[in-house]
Amino acid sequence: MAVAKALSVREELVKERLGLTSNYAAAYAVKAVDVDVIAAYPITPQTTIIEKLAEFVANGEVDAEYIPVESEHSALSAVVGASAAGARVFTATAAQGLEFMHEVLHIASGLRLPIVMAVPGRALSAPISIHGDYQDIMNARDSGWIMLIASSAQEVYDSIIMAYRIAEDSRVLLPVMVSYDGFLMSHTTEPVEIYHEEYVRKFTPRNLSRYRLDPRSPITIGVIASPEWYYEIKYQAIHALKESKSVIKEIHGEFNKFFGTNYDIIEKYMVDDADYVLITYGGASSGNAKEAAKRARERGLRAGVVRIRLFRPFPTEELVNAIKDAKVIAVIDRALTPGNTYEGPVFSDVITALYSSGVEKPVVSVVHGISQRTMLADDFYNLYKMLDEYAKTGEYPRRTVFMGLRT
Amino acid sequence: MSVEAEVTTTGVKVELPKSYEDIKDLIRIDRLPHIWCPGCGLGILLKLLARAIKNSGIPIEKHVIVTGIGCTGRIGGYLKLDAYHVTHGRAIPFAVGLKMANPELEVTVVGGDGDILAIGGNHFIHAARRNDDINVIIVNNFIYGMTGGQYSPTTPKGAKTTTSPYGHFENPFNVPLLAYAAGASYVARWSVLHQNELYQALLDMFKVKGFAVVEVLSPCIIYTDRNAMGDAVDLMKVIKERSTIDHNANLSDIDIDFSMNKIILGNFVKRERPVSYR
Ligand SMILES: Cc1ncc(C[n+]2csc(CCOP(=O)(O)OP(=O)(O)O)c2C)c(N)n1
Ligand code: SF4
Ligand SMILES: [Mg+2]
Repeated sequence: MAVAKALSVREELVKERLGLTSNYAAAYAVKAVDVDVIAAYPITPQTTIIEKLAEFVANGEVDAEYIPVESEHSALSAVVGASAAGARVFTATAAQGLEFMHEVLHIASGLRLPIVMAVPGRALSAPISIHGDYQDIMNARDSGWIMLIASSAQEVYDSIIMAYRIAEDSRVLLPVMVSYDGFLMSHTTEPVEIYHEEYVRKFTPRNLSRYRLDPRSPITIGVIASPEWYYEIKYQAIHALKESKSVIKEIHGEFNKFFGTNYDIIEKYMVDDADYVLITYGGASSGNAKEAAKRARERGLRAGVVRIRLFRPFPTEELVNAIKDAKVIAVIDRALTPGNTYEGPVFSDVITALYSSGVEKPVVSVVHGISQRTMLADDFYNLYKMLDEYAKTGEYPRRTVFMGLRT
Repeated sequence: MSVEAEVTTTGVKVELPKSYEDIKDLIRIDRLPHIWCPGCGLGILLKLLARAIKNSGIPIEKHVIVTGIGCTGRIGGYLKLDAYHVTHGRAIPFAVGLKMANPELEVTVVGGDGDILAIGGNHFIHAARRNDDINVIIVNNFIYGMTGGQYSPTTPKGAKTTTSPYGHFENPFNVPLLAYAAGASYVARWSVLHQNELYQALLDMFKVKGFAVVEVLSPCIIYTDRNAMGDAVDLMKVIKERSTIDHNANLSDIDIDFSMNKIILGNFVKRERPVSYR
């Protein structure tokens, strides 16, 4: 019954089904929400997003100013300025570009500006690599942004639409980053159902109830805060980020109802009765993990997958709830936190989440897919077998396992 | 179309043509074939640069090449010299640091119009202002080649690029004027077609004490394709037919517009100014 209703909802909303890369899906979403200012500097694997948007703007299909600035630092600075003036804005980047924006990332969140940015994740230099992983966004993780990681082109499209609602919500007012696999998603084509723009706009009405630059009632933005005030102001942003989780969930619910979808801040795949759970993020890892879980189930292992879709704020309670009955868990990171006890950044987040809830579990840190090192469904299947082994012996690795690394 | 990709050696055995005999020891033949598109002007520059380095009178081991990211930035990787491939835009500050640490080195930056004038533009004007004693070769192909053809600070008004599908409406930099105004000691502009003159300018550049800039006009097929200019050879023909050499040109009058009706080349500036170190 619910499914039938969802189907009929989509029938009305869906304008067409297109073959789109995740980058083009991002551009189509930006087109649908009606932005005012786009500023960007090209970088692989992001470039095709802003090329598509430049085309939309030039064709008059998007009524926005497009500023092809001279660097990423300028790109984010330009949208900070536009957003401070009340405009709805978009930018996109990856890898070195995101690193180069870093200073302004903190400005955007500190000024509580509802900026939306797409980041197809890419490895960091040196050595130079253009290939995909999530090292870039992990370096940006402490900059106070809301971060979503999508796993399909459709999800990229939908997430960017949701991102504007989340960012502009008066209870949130924070920038949102929507990330996904560089190349494996940014440059591969999938079917995407795009919606009639009138519906998207109905879902994303402009919310201008925030401090913004307006000559009729002048304010000053970005001034120095003395030590007596800095801490309190910073805390407000920290607090807003933490509290945004409930708003994000609420907006997910509204989106699902409106568009007949089924998104949540984490995605659970056969986890309810699972003994062995792989925790993943992004497209390739999650797809492989699901495939491996199916195979493992066929061979009698109770395998499941939890995909982290909302990465910041971290979905602590939801995640702990999903994995609390599992026997052994592995977290697969396509990113690095060098010098830490374990080198998988999300692994540390999972451990912290479990600790905060007083749950003790064997959890294995796995790093894979760095600079797009090929990850096979078999690798993930082998992980399930390893987890089974660990459950039987009670012994498990107390260091990060670097899968696919030539030694 | 070239993408921003790492070279993997193909295993194809490449012999350099006879005309490269004299610089064979300076080219990393194991890295060939190179990544550049057929018709790209960068190979010509590579050859001339190697030859100029060889005949500069400065010991080869004193030469250092610094490049940023871009098709142009790949030049360093084909030279059997100390070469540094640094982040996009940062070749000049890297080179300045190198020079300050060891002033005996002959430090040459090779970068694209995007690398040197967009993301690295601030470094360019400040190094010129201080008159840092380094050489900067700017390959002006009117576009961001490596990322697939977005407009750059030298794209002429009217030109079509992926970010200006119906024609660009901004004004480009006049590179020699910019370099001169910012304080460079030496400023020249040539094209890869003008091999003798370019070669001489590169030799001159090595002799200059101070900030030396050579703008090199070079065809990029991504630019010519989009603008129905034929292929790289056709652009070379345009350069051949329409360029004039005027060493005394008024620098404010040497912009290159989209029609390319007027292309002024020459060794424009040679002046002595104090350099930035003792
Ligand atoms: C910080 C950063 N931003 C963006 C890029 C992507 N990028 C690589 S090369 C390039 C532009 C290349 O144009 P140009 O400098 O003119 O060199 P060409 O390829 O034309 O020789 C860009 C934008 C990057 N590598 N790093
Ligand atoms: S500069 Fe242009 S022609 Fe040369 S390799 Fe790059 S994209 Fe190809
Ligand atoms: Mg260029």
